[in-house]
Amino acid sequence: MSTLLSISRLNVDFALRKSTLRAINDVSLTIEEGERLGVVGESGAGKSVLGFSIIQLISKPGFIASGEIQFQGKNLASCTYEEMRSIRGNQISMIFQDPMMTLNPVLTIGSQMRETLQAHRQISTAEADRICIEKLKKVYIPSSEKRLKQFPHEFSGGMRQRIVIAISLLTDPSLIIADEPTTALDVTIQAEILDLMLELCESDNMGLMLITHDLAVVSQVTQRIAVMYAGTIVELGSTALITRDPQHPYTVGLLGALPQRAARSKRLNQIPGVMPGLAKIPPGCPFSNRCSLVEAICRSTRPALETKQSGIQVACHMVK
Amino acid sequence: MSLRWRQLKESDFVYYFFRDPVAYVSFAILLVLVISAFGAPLFAPHDPYDQTTIDIMDSELPPAWKDEGTAKFLLGTDDMGRDMFSTMLYGMRISIIIGLGAVALQAFIGIIIGLLSGYIKRFDTILMRIADVQLSFSTYMIAIFIGATCQMMFGVANYEKIAAPLLILIIGLAEWPQYARTVRASVLAERKKEYVEAARVIGLSKIRIMWRHILPNTLSPVLVISTVQVANAIMSEAALSFLGLGMPQSKPSLGSLITAGFEYIFSGTWWITIFPGILLVLLILVINLLGDWVRDYLNPKLYKG
Repeated sequence: MSTLLSISRLNVDFALRKSTLRAINDVSLTIEEGERLGVVGESGAGKSVLGFSIIQLISKPGFIASGEIQFQGKNLASCTYEEMRSIRGNQISMIFQDPMMTLNPVLTIGSQMRETLQAHRQISTAEADRICIEKLKKVYIPSSEKRLKQFPHEFSGGMRQRIVIAISLLTDPSLIIADEPTTALDVTIQAEILDLMLELCESDNMGLMLITHDLAVVSQVTQRIAVMYAGTIVELGSTALITRDPQHPYTVGLLGALPQRAARSKRLNQIPGVMPGLAKIPPGCPFSNRCSLVEAICRSTRPALETKQSGIQVACHMVK
Repeated sequence: MSLRWRQLKESDFVYYFFRDPVAYVSFAILLVLVISAFGAPLFAPHDPYDQTTIDIMDSELPPAWKDEGTAKFLLGTDDMGRDMFSTMLYGMRISIIIGLGAVALQAFIGIIIGLLSGYIKRFDTILMRIADVQLSFSTYMIAIFIGATCQMMFGVANYEKIAAPLLILIIGLAEWPQYARTVRASVLAERKKEYVEAARVIGLSKIRIMWRHILPNTLSPVLVISTVQVANAIMSEAALSFLGLGMPQSKPSLGSLITAGFEYIFSGTWWITIFPGILLVLLILVINLLGDWVRDYLNPKLYKG
């Protein structure tokens, strides 16, 4: 297996009027070909910014300050706008949270799908239609020929998300970035969509970067997990290991907060405090102000991401 | 084909349309006016452009029901002996053509500028300031200025030939900021939506996103202001003609007919100015009523009350 995507020492800044905020702080990670990586963390931890920075679509005051994003032998961080446009939707696709919003309400499914293909390939309409139908079948949309002529409002939420997935598959990408793909869906459909994505990734050997705050979703689909906190990765390792035996106190807290782990008829467990805003990240370990294991070194020195005894990479002074 | 027809028949649009008397009565009147205007050569008993059929001896005849009126001229004749009814139909055709032409031009310029300034931040300030400057001049001021200048430049005889396209150009250029602002406002709302982001993620070009994805989503406010703007353009044309800068007397629009009659109103020949006046009011009124109805229909906060 070779490496598909390798991010090294990535820093993403947001320029404000007087200062700059670091939304992504020294993040390094890799995704192998066909590997499924989950990125979890609270709101504001920088998960989505990480996803958008890979395809160079960070919203305006944000920019990549330093670091490399190697994808198929190219450094995406230094690509031009036009180079990037040919990669987006072609080799790297992205799936968004809300399928109600990501499809254009005034265009038919068929024209939106065809458009994606024709943006990247010289292709006849008939040929494009053939591929569209094939991909719709792949995501189990019945009578797909007829469906091409329909508008988004004629589909249910789950079906729309499947269409969005079909669109992301059109150009046979090698990496899909899914930004909370199941958050807007109800639980039964969530499972359906996750099964579908799992199946597609396995059959086509696609890489998947699944961004979510839902640990259940991650443990179901991914092989490895990166836990993000305040713009840094605090824990990185195989899904099985981390869900069974989390190392970083933050991950311990996250998993402990799952409802099924709390004892019956008691209040749910929680991590005390809130994640600090980007401007107020404490010096040293960013988690130090909420951590139960905190010691003097945590407040002064930022821990590096190191492989610990458990085989998981953890950024914590206290974990051996 | 029949499926499309059935879909239309069963749509909300048609349902609400036929439940609102104001809407269908206005539409019926507008339909009659437009058909009679564009079918003027067929319906009009006389041809006001054909000098050979006009007899100066027939001038200023009152409507048929008055004592001196003749059945030949239903609504009387004007100062040149033209049949008022026929001349009004032809005049309304000119008014409507100028109104639609001017609005098409406004929409074309306004939509392009609105899209650019809404979607591409760099252009926003400069384009909108140009629009502000344009709006701070009165339409009539610009129109009178250009109209008078052209009349001087080309001479009155030549001016008559280019009057219609020139009016379209003047009114079109004077009012484009209405469209530009409306479109820009919608674009600003639409560009934040996820489908636009999704389109960018797919790797589509900016131009394609603007035209194919954002523009169709901004069309309902455009439709609403279009109806109002058609009425405005017809009124502007009438006002300019009234001031003598519009259509010439040889090819009168409703406005120039009103002017022509205005000179005679105190000598008792009221019909030359009153009838075109009524027709103009009726035309503007039904367009505006329909525009109001379309606006209410397209506004989800108001309808289904």
